[in-house]
Amino acid sequence: MNIISFVKRVPATTANVAIVDNKLNPEGVEFVLNPYDEFAVEESLAIKEAAGAGSVTAISFGAGEAQKELRTVLAMGADAAVLLANPAAPEADGATTARVLAENCKGREFDLLMFGKQAVDRDQHGVGPAVATLLGVPCITEVVKLEVAEGKVIAEREIEGAREIIEASLPCAITCQKGLNTPRFASLRGIMAAKKKPLEVVDVEVGEAAVEVVAMNMPPARPAGRIVGEGAAAVPELVSALRNEAKVL
Amino acid sequence: MSNILVVLESREGSLRAASLEALGAARTFADQRGSSVIALATEKCELDASLLGGAGADKVLIADAAGHSADGAAATAARVAKESDATVVLLSATVRGRDLTARIAALLGTGFAADCTAADAEAMTFTRPEFGGKAFTTIKINGPVAVASLRGNFFAAAGREASAEMSEVASEAGVSMVTEISSQTGGRPDVSEATKVVAGGRGMGEAENWSMIEAVADAIPGCALGASRAVVDSGWRPHSEQVGQTGKTVAPELYIAAGISGAIQHLAGMNSSKVIVAINKDAEAPIFKHATYGIVGDALEVLPALADELKKLGL
Repeated sequence: MNIISFVKRVPATTANVAIVDNKLNPEGVEFVLNPYDEFAVEESLAIKEAAGAGSVTAISFGAGEAQKELRTVLAMGADAAVLLANPAAPEADGATTARVLAENCKGREFDLLMFGKQAVDRDQHGVGPAVATLLGVPCITEVVKLEVAEGKVIAEREIEGAREIIEASLPCAITCQKGLNTPRFASLRGIMAAKKKPLEVVDVEVGEAAVEVVAMNMPPARPAGRIVGEGAAAVPELVSALRNEAKVL
Repeated sequence: MSNILVVLESREGSLRAASLEALGAARTFADQRGSSVIALATEKCELDASLLGGAGADKVLIADAAGHSADGAAATAARVAKESDATVVLLSATVRGRDLTARIAALLGTGFAADCTAADAEAMTFTRPEFGGKAFTTIKINGPVAVASLRGNFFAAAGREASAEMSEVASEAGVSMVTEISSQTGGRPDVSEATKVVAGGRGMGEAENWSMIEAVADAIPGCALGASRAVVDSGWRPHSEQVGQTGKTVAPELYIAAGISGAIQHLAGMNSSKVIVAINKDAEAPIFKHATYGIVGDALEVLPALADELKKLGL
């Protein structure tokens, strides 16, 4: 079972966002492996282990700094890593990222392409299905349960108010949602081993971006609120305010 | 003619209400450009010509696929977009919709914008949250067609008197198929679609106390349940209820946060709600800085009183 697990370096979800020139100001921001990609890496490793043979290759489209996150994935247990390097990568939109990843997957052998369901920076939720579409393989998004057997996958995903079961044949792409598994931590042995594993850096062209950023702003400030009171005694006033002032009841 | 294509979402033969919001947004684009709104159902479903016409559609095309295949639906939508000379393709930002948005853009060789909260029909720009709602980016899609999914509760159906012209189209075959759908929320709307949400956090003390959250939700029609990451990670609530940067992003009319302190990741997921009510013991909790109304107090005492007061209203 040959698996490619795609990962991205993103700001930690605890990070405050500041904007300079319509971009995130990276100063003082902690960067981490995209949390949804951790589910993809874990699932990739577990599937390979269950199959008893094969490889897990981590691929990231990123700037040079993303080697750190790729080392983390190697320490978790991936066999090899490839950084598709371009300084513009962290700002790239979903469609452009997908095009770069798909172009660089041609010629690679794979049974599964594993993605996080979204990167928590651009939040486009689309790189997985776009890469799969460009490569002409099926894709199942936002998966919370996955079975791989006899050349096909059976996956469960949560849609609004319901759960659906989807079947597809291999090779196939999967985007991973919270609930699929509990990602492992890199062990000390894993961290030591990762230093000797191959991490290839390939400079890539980005070409014309599919999306142009016109403006980037902080969320609109919320109007000032008020404390209506303390404890259960304040409830009648709250309900009256919701009904008569805010008119939401 | 630069038509506007809306890809409708249906489930087991019934139209999803979010699609009507997309039709309303499409109407704004079409009126600006003097073109038509074409609605496409990528699988067989029951559709009402006056409901869709009223929401904004001029023409409705119903494909003959028997179930949902994401790749099949995307291929049908991309073909219809080309045939109908569409310059904008709009979907709902649901799980299925976001999936299709990226695929349709890939098939049409263009860019996409997911989860848009605003669109400018004249400038052809889309505004969307990034970094879990900590920033809003306005983008222009380079390429022949703009493909975008629209977040629920940010756009409205057109509300006009009109009947759409209905016809059938062939569907493209899909390779992956949905084989089973089962309802999950016990009759309540999903937290990402509801107009009212009551959510609980660590301050609820233990999972058993969720009956108090449910009692408040029961007293408000159409109210969904939400939860903070902390309680989902503790196994008190299913992750389908999690609101925040690694959960669902919501923007209801009313969001009641009980025993939620307001970590930055949670705030990112609900900060666009119209009215926020915070109930928390700690008067210094960050949630109060974002709340429209706050009660400083133990959620376990305030919620039962709130449920009683709401019941009196008989909503």
